[in-house]
Amino acid sequence: MVVKKIIGIETEYGIHTNGDLKDNPISASSVIVNSYVNEVLNDKTKWDFDDETPQNDARGYVTKGSVAPVVETHLVNAVLYNGARFYVDHAHPEYSSPEVADALEGVIWDKAGELVLKHSMQIVRENIGHDIVIYKNNSDGKGNSYGCHENYLMDRGLPFPKLVHDLVPFLISRQIYCGAGKVGIEVPSKKDEEVYFQISQRADFFEEVVGLETTLKRPIINTRDEPHASSEIYRRLHVILGDANISETATFLKLGTTAFVLLLIETGNVPKLDRMPLNPVAALHQISHDISLESKIELNDGSHIKAIEIQEEWLLLADNYFHKYGGELLGGDEVAKLILSTWERVLGLLKSDLLSLRYEIDWIAKFNLVDAYREKNQLSSNSPTLKALDLQYHDLRDDKSLASRLKLKTLVTRDQIESAVYNPPESTRAYFRGQCIKKWSKSIVSANWDSIVFDVGEEPLRRVPMMDPLKGNKTIVGNLLSKCHEVTDLLDKLDT
Amino acid sequence: MTERELKKKSTEKKVEEETEVQEVSHGDSARAEKLKAEMDELLDEIDEVLEDNAEEFVRNYVQKGGE
Repeated sequence: MVVKKIIGIETEYGIHTNGDLKDNPISASSVIVNSYVNEVLNDKTKWDFDDETPQNDARGYVTKGSVAPVVETHLVNAVLYNGARFYVDHAHPEYSSPEVADALEGVIWDKAGELVLKHSMQIVRENIGHDIVIYKNNSDGKGNSYGCHENYLMDRGLPFPKLVHDLVPFLISRQIYCGAGKVGIEVPSKKDEEVYFQISQRADFFEEVVGLETTLKRPIINTRDEPHASSEIYRRLHVILGDANISETATFLKLGTTAFVLLLIETGNVPKLDRMPLNPVAALHQISHDISLESKIELNDGSHIKAIEIQEEWLLLADNYFHKYGGELLGGDEVAKLILSTWERVLGLLKSDLLSLRYEIDWIAKFNLVDAYREKNQLSSNSPTLKALDLQYHDLRDDKSLASRLKLKTLVTRDQIESAVYNPPESTRAYFRGQCIKKWSKSIVSANWDSIVFDVGEEPLRRVPMMDPLKGNKTIVGNLLSKCHEVTDLLDKLDT
Repeated sequence: MTERELKKKSTEKKVEEETEVQEVSHGDSARAEKLKAEMDELLDEIDEVLEDNAEEFVRNYVQKGGE
């Protein structure tokens, strides 16, 4: 079976305050999320935890000693009008985008998340007087990391070991265009002096190839088996390796190329891959630690290959696929063409004129800035000022954000992003979720990815399942939703 | 690798590809000048917005692990 590559992207934001909540990031995160939810939503639609099973392992077993993620049901957890989930996860505010049908929509609803967090900061400042600052990054530079996870809809029929085998070389090498850049190193055995600047925020934190964990012994391929959809048909691949990007091009490429590669693997358009990285975790670190992009990772047959060469091989396969089958499963020919042309252009420039990507690729934008500042001020490579620049690149305050001063190129319009804060994508079931919450939030008890629970007074609560992420889009339910004035009309019509 | 080295690397590649070496190096130095001017302006701006005490700011930025 082939499956349209429905995508979601979730970001745990860094949070920092010098005020009363300085030592209590859980409370600070709760203040951020609660303030937004109370100010912006008419009625708070609670998250329904009924389908949360993060302990299920895609390999069908649980590794001895592994720690399954804890589901925190007591903290604020809400559904937004755009179909996203906005909540406190561990000690961070997290925005999980609604499901989207292509990588460009992924950029729009990811950027909408930044606006939600910016608005949250502003509300907290104006209403409570707290200065809580939000950062879209993944590391505090002291060995603590928080994630930016991607989700891709997959065919459950594809054997998981095959997926792992084929995907690892792609995943460890894609950082050359979607890494967010980092000053210093956080591998315990190495010192900052050894790596002044590296490509990825996250690479240092990965220790395993495959596993269920997300907070300890992080694996390159996460095995969480929680499809949030019909488990007989679908798998949701949960990719935890990526960095949170500020650059729209980087987010677009991250989502677009990964969706493409997954489609190639799923449809059997990949030759038998025998030459594999000898040590994927070491290779992941090695690639991140070499900004010249010249270093070669060792393969199991004794040969060596550059990250960029791995990417070029995948690009060629993707291009061949597109010419045979088109881009329907990636959201249409237009977006598939844009993925291919951007991928090709960026790989070309990474080889021939790397600095020309300083307006498009986060790690290059940040490196160019940090290195110029270091040179101008004659700073040593381990100067805290350079780490401050790194952190401030990701600061979401308009007046403080260094990324916004670099004037990175955009792929989507400001209007599209602003509209996406309050409107769901029309292409997936997020449309049904978001529109129902806009229209009938008073009658909705809770919602989650695959269902909505309605309370219509005297009758028992009604759970409306949405087990197929492709259904519930505007084409399918648009008419129905506009015809129904009362929630009871909707439920009656759904019955028939 | 410093910015200079990165520039050097990209210049070397270009020289290999192009036959008119003179023109390329001239174009590159003009471009480097432009880059520097653009960067200088930005760096001045950044000095104005950079957090006051970088060392303290970096030290205080401590996060709990997430995910």
